[in-house]
Amino acid sequence: MEKFVYIALFAPLVSSLFAGLFGMTPKKMFVGVIASLLLASSFVASAILAYHVNLTGSGIHVTLMDWIGAGDLKIPFGFIVDQVSVSMMVVVTLVSTVVHIYSIGYMDHDKSFNRFFSYLSAFVFSMLVLVMSDNFAGLFIGWEGVGVCSWLLIGFWYHKPDVSPEINPSISPSWAANEAFIVNRIADLGMLIGIFILYWNVGSLQYDVVFAELPNLANGVLVAAAIALFIGAMGKSAQFPLHTWLTDAMEGPTPVSALIHAATMVTAGVFLVIRAHPLFMMTPEVSYFIASLGTFVAIFAASMALVNRDLKRIIAYSTLSQLGYMFAAAGLGAYWIALFHLAAHAFFKALLFLGAGNVMHAMHDELDIFKMGGLKKAMRWTYIYMGVASLALAGIPPLAGFFSKDAIIETAFNEGTFILWAILVVTAGMTAFYSFRQVFLTFEGDERYKEFGIHPHEMYKFVLIALAPLGILAVIAGFFQKTFQGFVTDLLPNYEMSEHTHHLAMILGAVVLVFAVGGIALAWIKYGKGLKRNEKVENGFFYKLLKNQYYIPQFYAEFISKPYAMISEIFWKSVDMKIVDATVDAIAKTIHTTGDSTRKMQTGNLSNYLNWMGVGVVILLIAAAITPMLG
Amino acid sequence: MIGLNHYLILSGLLFSIGLVGVLRRKNLLMLFFATEVMLNAANIAFAAASHFYGDLTGQMFAFFIVAVAASEVAVGLGLLIVLYKKQGTLDLDDLATMKG
Repeated sequence: MEKFVYIALFAPLVSSLFAGLFGMTPKKMFVGVIASLLLASSFVASAILAYHVNLTGSGIHVTLMDWIGAGDLKIPFGFIVDQVSVSMMVVVTLVSTVVHIYSIGYMDHDKSFNRFFSYLSAFVFSMLVLVMSDNFAGLFIGWEGVGVCSWLLIGFWYHKPDVSPEINPSISPSWAANEAFIVNRIADLGMLIGIFILYWNVGSLQYDVVFAELPNLANGVLVAAAIALFIGAMGKSAQFPLHTWLTDAMEGPTPVSALIHAATMVTAGVFLVIRAHPLFMMTPEVSYFIASLGTFVAIFAASMALVNRDLKRIIAYSTLSQLGYMFAAAGLGAYWIALFHLAAHAFFKALLFLGAGNVMHAMHDELDIFKMGGLKKAMRWTYIYMGVASLALAGIPPLAGFFSKDAIIETAFNEGTFILWAILVVTAGMTAFYSFRQVFLTFEGDERYKEFGIHPHEMYKFVLIALAPLGILAVIAGFFQKTFQGFVTDLLPNYEMSEHTHHLAMILGAVVLVFAVGGIALAWIKYGKGLKRNEKVENGFFYKLLKNQYYIPQFYAEFISKPYAMISEIFWKSVDMKIVDATVDAIAKTIHTTGDSTRKMQTGNLSNYLNWMGVGVVILLIAAAITPMLG
Repeated sequence: MIGLNHYLILSGLLFSIGLVGVLRRKNLLMLFFATEVMLNAANIAFAAASHFYGDLTGQMFAFFIVAVAASEVAVGLGLLIVLYKKQGTLDLDDLATMKG
């Protein structure tokens, strides 16, 4: 079985290096095909591993070599394939295989076609290192690796110029890439501190050693470690207040948004909480904070999605919101439900993004849904895919989202946290509304795009076929809820609803469903027949507040970026230039002037040189005579 | 009675004459003569010290220096002839091509 671990892990690396060989050359179709095939082989290997783990009920642990050994610190290059990591592997490799095939069609006309595949496969490799590592160091390296790949891919169209935030809130791809990277760096500091705390107190970074040692640690240490690790998770999963980068990350190519900023990388934070669940279970206060923050982000992000006009940004907000749901579940102790929602969400959200990519492709990169409408005639299959994905997202039975999201909402009820429950239920309604607002504005109603002289066309056939696995999974994934529960709870603590909740399950589900259907119905009433803009609402306070993302980006720009830039300028001009640079310059200048003045010795006259040599001999003799006297 | 010190003083005097010649003379050929004087000053010191201590090593060294000096003069004079043919002079003040 070990060889499947290596295939699953290293096939994307091979793919990345292979595509990298052609990085500077014009588009070559075979690069995309071979990359997709390698990713598919990685997926097959992951699936075989999942089957094996399910069959034997135990994980596979391989150690390639001793990697770092310094003093007491020993970090082996080891990988573990257990129920949690194998679920992640299957999700990651499946979605990335689809995205690779999709990219062959989507990046068709891009001159950096080969480079794109190199980055994309490198991302998958980093993500697999992240989920498969058997220690915190490997996790952190994968964590940084996906960060770098995310930076490379958000800024993939780095040649686009900066524009003012009024025209495009993300300013430019390079700006958005830097923002994402810097915000993640802030969070990673927290994560590093968490890892250091654990290492100091346990003396190892191996998961099994650390988790076995946890009961012997002081409560304060546990809380500190849990908080620090969660700060890392907040950055990667874009939780408030570090959420601004995710919507700006939509500047990247759409397959990137689907793979990295919806299905896989952003769920790394949730994965971390699930992976380190022994720690979070022992710190209930931190866990409760996680649940509360997740719930807050769920409604906070959903509210911003209500008014946005940008096709991709709406989906990005919805990703944020669903990540909030996952954290809510993980914080409440329902780790397997969080993981289940993670997997289900990956399928339908990737599908939604890729569908949005089809629309963009058809609309010549137009993203404003107010300029679309009536696309269902031209893009029937995309409409079906996006419709299914939105139904799944809204939580309409029997699609995947219903089972996973309903379980989270039920968990909130079961834990007696009724405020969280109420917020999550309302958010479910908002989710349904904004998803279908987007779908209806894009595909139904009057054909507003005609004014702009755009002739939409459906995506290539092979791309539509490649999307089918995601479409099917978005529909049927929910039916595997019990199977999945049985599978992962071999490792994760089981979470069952109490008798009381169980009796009320039907009613609770019905309440959520009423909200979801209500949201869809509202969206149909308002937008189903076409776009009717209401000036009064659009100029209202709340609309503007939501449209400007609660003015948080402006707040960060005013109160963090600008003071920081000012302090930097002061340090630059007074400390760096006047002290550091001045010292270095002075040394250089002294040497230069000395050289300049002694240059006169070089007369070219041998006689003068010999005289100077005599002077040197005399000086050396004097020195030789004096040194013994000085002792 | 002539002792070791007399020889060493003679050697020192010869060496100083040679050194002053090297430092003050302007003709390259004269510089060569001056270096020969210095080498032979050292030879005298070696031979005297060798005799004084009854150790033949010093005299062997003197022979060695004579041999080296001979070859040095052979090479050096050849170079001087080439230089004279090229530049038409051996005066150091006129040969300042290495000015930095």
